[in-house]
Amino acid sequence: MNLERDLALEMLRRMLRIRLFEEATIELFHAGELPAMVHLSIGQEAAIAGACLATTADDYMTGNHRSHGHPIAKGARLDRLMAELLGKAGGVCKGKGGSMHLADFSVGSLGESGIVGSAIPVAVGAGLAADVLGNGLVALCFFGDGAANEGVLHESMNLAAVWKLPVVFFCENNGWAVSVRAGELTSVEDISVRATGYGMPGVTVDGQDPVATYEAVSAAVARARRGEGPSLVEAKTYRFHEHAYGLRVKNSYRDQSEVDVWRQERDPIDLFRRRLLDEGLADEAAVEALDAEVRAEVAAAVEFARDSPYPEPEEAYRDLYYVEGAST
Amino acid sequence: MSTAPAAARRAAQLGFLQAIQQAQHEEMTRDERVILMGQDLRANVFGAAQGFLEDFGPSRIRDLPLSEAASVGMAAGAAMAGLRPIVDLTVASFMFCAMDQFVSQVAKNRYMFGGQARMPVVFRQALYYHGGTAAHHADRPYPMFMNVPGLKIMVPSNGPDLKGLLKTAIRDDNPVLCFEDATLWGRRGRGAAPEDDDHLIPFGVASVPREGTDVTVIGIGGGVRHALDAAADLAGEGVSVEVVDPRTLVPMDWPAILASVAKTGRCVIVDPANRTCSAASEIAAHLVEEGFGSLRAPVLRVTSDDMHVPFSPVLEKQIYPSKEKVVAAVRRVLGVEK
Repeated sequence: MNLERDLALEMLRRMLRIRLFEEATIELFHAGELPAMVHLSIGQEAAIAGACLATTADDYMTGNHRSHGHPIAKGARLDRLMAELLGKAGGVCKGKGGSMHLADFSVGSLGESGIVGSAIPVAVGAGLAADVLGNGLVALCFFGDGAANEGVLHESMNLAAVWKLPVVFFCENNGWAVSVRAGELTSVEDISVRATGYGMPGVTVDGQDPVATYEAVSAAVARARRGEGPSLVEAKTYRFHEHAYGLRVKNSYRDQSEVDVWRQERDPIDLFRRRLLDEGLADEAAVEALDAEVRAEVAAAVEFARDSPYPEPEEAYRDLYYVEGAST
Repeated sequence: MSTAPAAARRAAQLGFLQAIQQAQHEEMTRDERVILMGQDLRANVFGAAQGFLEDFGPSRIRDLPLSEAASVGMAAGAAMAGLRPIVDLTVASFMFCAMDQFVSQVAKNRYMFGGQARMPVVFRQALYYHGGTAAHHADRPYPMFMNVPGLKIMVPSNGPDLKGLLKTAIRDDNPVLCFEDATLWGRRGRGAAPEDDDHLIPFGVASVPREGTDVTVIGIGGGVRHALDAAADLAGEGVSVEVVDPRTLVPMDWPAILASVAKTGRCVIVDPANRTCSAASEIAAHLVEEGFGSLRAPVLRVTSDDMHVPFSPVLEKQIYPSKEKVVAAVRRVLGVEK
């Protein structure tokens, strides 16, 4: 692909937003400001940013407990996401969702699910709505290698295929389902081969390369918009941190050397930054300026989150039902 | 023939399946965002979707595969993205295949996302008991869902109520579970079929199909029939029974229930669900908490026994509520137990 400068810089910007946002959450965790553990997408930024940039802000998206990267890459405001992680009133879900359950409907993010695999059919439903209403929108469905073994994925892929719904099933295969290597309890090495069983195209791409994921998802999105149905894209990637930051696993299940190799040789942001410089798409100054821009954005998000008040106790009793005329 | 007027009157009354057919057809005509999905729907196997495919087309009338979890989650997603789906799950026991979707997505998404989601979706399912279907098909599981905040639950006892409540449900921006008591399928409803396209019955408003002064008998779904039959028998003994039909379990019309019990001082609840943590249990607990001063006798539950449904007709019937069990309970709260 002949990479355009604007798109390349936007890829880097969104990857940096995920990385720096989550590095800030680590600091907040150690400062005792986070009410709970967080599941970090650090290491997986290229897969997420490439996929999201292949959609528009109006397209739908669902995701999972590793929740931050998806709405960030879809274009959500960082400050309201950060306030949500701190359980504040200014949070995107008013402090009622938290780290695993971000949702920002203003950018098509219909919500992340803490129950692994549970939001997959919700994406199919968004695709159904797009199909019936004829509005040309597409639903991007993030799930992990662990969810690949959930029964509801099977039902959802079959249903999306028989109705030719505009859905892109996107598997972030980060190699580890908590403590179990992906290949160990999954019948196939490449999850994408399962697409054949549902009569849809499946492809595995390098999840450390945002251009590779962008191209694969763009093709799937174009197919969906043509009314030809769903696709499965698998991005092979790696989670650099523990399953959840703050979760202490006594007996290490993966060699530190494995983690080190990925961090040193396969860091998606390092790789892409180098590529931009090598291909002359950006110079050092542009890359540094972008870094500074995102750092400032994240710092402002942290400040917004800290300044936001905690919700009033009554907030716990709101939003259970939609009530005509009531403010939300 | 003297029976002709009675037969004509009966034919003019609204049966359960007719009520569903009419409610769905009227609402689909009214709002093109309403779609209907279900297993064996296009062939109209269950009898409440006659002519729908011709009238509304294949985009809005869809047969579902045997994929309950995906069907329920998909309906939730479609509702969040602008449709107003009705899902015919046919038999209530099949809901168990989709439990995570009901609890984690349908019920919680609006709340967890701080009110961003609207969830205008209706799930219809029959309480398919009392007919030799055995334990896998014969559950009456609505109390399980009363324990899940965020859902609305209707259990109508007659055709006109079913129609009016279902139309309200389809227009509601919240998820509604519509439980249809299959023991009522073949019965005609009380009163004539409503002609009005805007025949809407609000949720949370009980009806009082029979007024009385001695005992309040609250019926759930098919339990209302047993309550009315028992009331008619007991009237011959000089006992005045008031029958209350909550019609919706979430929201529950607590003021109407408390007002009736304040008048009678006694209460029997007839609920086809299993006894433990039944709708009857919740009503009894509420009466003890909020209406204790009115009570002149213990609140009694007439429910199904905590037992799976056996196949043989010889075994099956005894576990459910019946007119005889209601009569016995009423006598007990009156202190005239025989």
